[in-house]
Parts: sequence; C-alpha cells; structure tokens
Amino acid sequence: MNYKMEINNVNLFYDKFQALKDVTIPIAEKQITAFIGPSGCGKSTLLKSLNRMNDLIEGCLIKGKMLLDGEDIYGGMNVDILRKRVGMVFQKPNPFSMSIYDNIAYGPRTHGIRSKAALDEIVEKSLKNAAIWNETKDRLKKSALGMSGGQQQRLCIARALSVSPEVILMDEPTSALDPISTGKIEELMSELKKEYTVIIVTHNMQQATRISDTTAFFLLGEMVEHNVTREIFSNPKEKRTEDYITGRFG
Amino acid sequence: MNNASNVNRGKFREAAVKVMFLAAACISIIAVALICVFIFANGLPAIKEIGLKEFLLGQKWKPNADIYGIFPMIIGSLYVTAGAIVIGVPVGILMAVFMARFCPQKLYKLLKPFVELLAGIPSVVYGFLGLQLLVPLIHGLFPEQPSGSGVLAASIMLGIMILPTIINVSESAIKAVPDNYYEGSLALGATHERSVFFAVLPAAKSGVLASVILGVGRAIGETMAVVWVAGNAPIVPDSILSSVRTLTSNVVMEMGYSTGLHREALIGTAVVLFVFILIINLSFSAIKRGGKKQ
Ligand SMILES: Nc1ncnc2c1ncn2[C@@H]1O[C@H](COP(=O)(O)OP(=O)(O)OP(=O)(O)O)[C@@H](O)[C@H]1O
Ligand SMILES: [Mg+2]
Repeated sequence: MNYKMEINNVNLFYDKFQALKDVTIPIAEKQITAFIGPSGCGKSTLLKSLNRMNDLIEGCLIKGKMLLDGEDIYGGMNVDILRKRVGMVFQKPNPFSMSIYDNIAYGPRTHGIRSKAALDEIVEKSLKNAAIWNETKDRLKKSALGMSGGQQQRLCIARALSVSPEVILMDEPTSALDPISTGKIEELMSELKKEYTVIIVTHNMQQATRISDTTAFFLLGEMVEHNVTREIFSNPKEKRTEDYITGRFG
Repeated sequence: MNNASNVNRGKFREAAVKVMFLAAACISIIAVALICVFIFANGLPAIKEIGLKEFLLGQKWKPNADIYGIFPMIIGSLYVTAGAIVIGVPVGILMAVFMARFCPQKLYKLLKPFVELLAGIPSVVYGFLGLQLLVPLIHGLFPEQPSGSGVLAASIMLGIMILPTIINVSESAIKAVPDNYYEGSLALGATHERSVFFAVLPAAKSGVLASVILGVGRAIGETMAVVWVAGNAPIVPDSILSSVRTLTSNVVMEMGYSTGLHREALIGTAVVLFVFILIINLSFSAIKRGGKKQ
C-alpha cells in the first residue's frame, strides 16, 4: 500500500492544553479515510494541521512529523504550495462574494493562470467533477451567494478541485445540508477517490460506513483505533470504540 | 400587592421611555421638515423669477447686474468633490485595509486615535492649515500661476478631510467579513495579501461603497475649509490649478451682505445643494439595502 500522507507521533498543544496526544495514522493514496469521535476530541484540529491552517491560531504548537509524499510539511515546505496540493472543504459552505465563474477561477488565477481559454476549461471541468455543472452552466456570471446551501457546498468542492490538489480535506462537509444534498455529495466522493486522496471528518457513522475505506476513532485527543471501516464498525478491537459506535456515549 | 405595584412601575417606566424616544424622533423629523419648508419656500420663488434654466445653466454670476447663473458653482462643486474622491478614496481604502488586516497591534493602538482625531478637527483649522501650507506649496510647484489656491488645493484639502469617514466605515466593514472567506482563500494556496484584497475586500464592497458615499456627502457639504483654499472666483475652472467656487462657498461668502433677489438666489443655491445631498443619501440607503439583501 502507498501512503500519500503520514501522521507520525503528533502532539498538538493550544497553549497549555494538549489537543492531540501521540497520534499516528498513515493515509492511503486514493482512498477515503474517515475521522470519527465525540465533539471536542480533536478531529478538526488534526485535519487543519494537515494543510497548516493551524498556523493562523496563536499559541498552537505541533510536535511530531506530518509527511506528504514522504516530505515533512512543517519542515521548509512552502505553505502556499502545500495548501495547493492539500485542499480543504469547510463545514459551512463558504463561497466567495463573487460570481460562480470567479469563485472557481480564483484558485487557478492565484497560481498564475491568466488565459481565458484555460480558465474556461478549468471552470467547466471542476464544476463537472463536482456534479454541479448542469445546475450552474447557465448562470456562471451570477453571484454564488444566490445558490442553495447544498449547491454552495458542491461549488466549494469544485473550487477545491480547481487547483488540482492531490489530497482533499473535508470537515463535516454535509452537516449543514439536507439529506438529498448530502446524498449527492456522498455519491460525488466515491467518484473523487478515483483521482484524489480524501480525508473526511464526520459525526454521521452511517456516512462513514457508506463512503470510507478506513476509519480512525478519536477520543479526548487520542487516536484509539484505525482500521478498515467494515472492521471498525462490525468488529472493533477496543472497548472504547465499541461503546462509541453502539451509542453508549459521545 | 408589592408585586403588582412593581409591575405597574415597570409599565410606567416603559411608557415614559417610549414617549421620550418618540419625542426625540419627532424633533429630528420636525427639524428636517422645517429646513425643507424654509429653504424651498425662500429659494423656489427666486429660481422661478430668474428662470430654472438661466439659474442652473447660466454661466455668469453677477449680483450687481442681477445676473444669477450658478452653473460655475455646480461644476465647481462637482470638480472638487471628484478631486477629493480621486485623492481620498484610494488612500482611505488602503488605510482601512491596512488597519483591519495588516497593522500590528501596537501600531494600531497609535493609529486609531490619530484617525479619530483627524475626524474631530474643526474644518476652519483644516482651512487655515491649507492656506498656510498647501497653497504656498502648490504655488511653489507652479510659480507661473497667480496663486496656489484653486481646484487642486481644494481637492487635496477635501481628500484629507474625508479620509476618517472612509477609513472608519470601510475598516469596520472589512472587519465584519466572516473569517471563512479569508480561510477559504488561504486553503486554495493564496497568500495573505491576495486573500485580503481579492476574497475579503469584495465581501465588504457594499460597506466600502457606503463609506465612499458618506465621504462624498461630507465633501460636497464642506464649506469653511474650501473657502480658504479655493480662490472662489465664480468661473467654470479650465484647469486643475484654476480658481473655483463651490455651491457652499457661494452661499457662505455672500449671505452676510445680500438683500432682495440676490439673497433669494443664494437660498436657491442652497436648494440645489440640498437636492444634491438628498440624492447622495438616497443612494446611500439604496446601497445599504442592497448590501443587506445579499
Ligand atoms: N483555537 C483553539 N484554541 C484553543 N483550544 C482549541 C482551539 N480550537 C480547538 N480547541 C480545543 O481543542 C479540542 C479539540 O477541538 P476540535 O475542534 O479539534 O474538536 P472536534 O473533534 O473537531 O470537535 P467537533 O466534533 O465538535 O467539531 C477541544 O477541546 C477544543 O476546545
Ligand atoms: Mg470539528
């Protein structure tokens, strides 16, 4: 098995508070890895440190190693390039206050693509890959803020795809959406894993079983168990995992 | 018993506060209404007597000969306001962006009171400084001109005076943009600078536009500072160094000694100014409404 990213013995502190305790998870290439666990256990914290969005938080200290293709992402790697390679979809859809077209073209423009033809092509391809082309192709010049929440979230996925990332991080991408939009995004994710490595945080255990290949269970900053998703849910090795997935706490 | 009287007292207090607010609201409405009635009642007859077209489009303002055309002053007001926008808006917006997203905390603590002070300085003081510093400076740069006062001096003066309005209103608009725009941009690999200018600023555009309109309102209505540095000849300016007279200067300079039709023509000038301000305020609230709809 090929590991796209590796999280090795990571400890993370917000000032004095330790949010991650000696976490080690290998992330398989072109697979979907799900992070589950009760609120406050550090899932988002870990996800954000994979594209260094934690850099924005004052007092956040990370020890241990995180590797992308074997390269230490906290050691001398250009952070803008890292974020281009490791894209992110947020919990709340956050399209920019501009047209649908400009939302998608924003990333490629950031990375120096100016030609209209090239941008047109990227916009179309990204929207198609995010399964939202049919709904948007006639209103590309309209503001993205006029779309429904589910459409906005798929637009944000398209925006993340626009810079051709290798890994896509998703933090509870469907928690603000209705079941139909959620279904669409889940379908989309199985498509995405053909080309991309996906890591998703979810509170919805059915969702984890439906879409992910492996699942990691977190509790109070510790990674309790990481295994093939089917195994985690049908045959957990740890008592704490079992308690959580059978709904005894959390 | 005790409880009931408490409830009653509460109700009474509520009613009293309501009356107070109502009275305050009425006072401002009455004030605006009175201003309207007064200037329209006194200004419109003069405009009628002079003729609307002659009044608005007449090129000559010669009270001695009973010729009252305020076209030069309308153009003058538009010129200096446009000049103030050209100078004040880019500087103000850049300052607002700097203060909202780039400024180190320590510098901010120094800068913010400074900007607020800038807003509190009386306009005569600006005018005095303009006359003492700006006008000689411009004259020094263009010695072939008879004087340094004119469109350029007035524009710079007003450009500086509208800075605090633009900075404060734009800054709070930029600060009000939720962080997720900024984070969304960073997550695509954009730098801090690009994220601020191309993701955050567009999200604040209605607030920034509002700040510009408020600034324009201030520039068009400003009088004392302009009188000191504009030269005040009632002619249509033919260059940025040419002398200029604005609508407000026209009123304030001649009101003291005018009588009869001359006086009424000055009030007519105020009517035109009032309509200008009205248009600006209407577009301001239109933009605010548009911003909310988003
Ligand atoms: N910026 C921060 N500063 C200090 N502590 C933080 C910060 N962000 C998160 N924490 C703390 O770190 C812990 C983990 O937070 P995190 O957001 O990663 O949890 P989570 O697993 O994503 O929870 P949820 O399911 O509710 O999103 C929590 O105890 C939280 O209070
Ligand atoms: Mg979270």
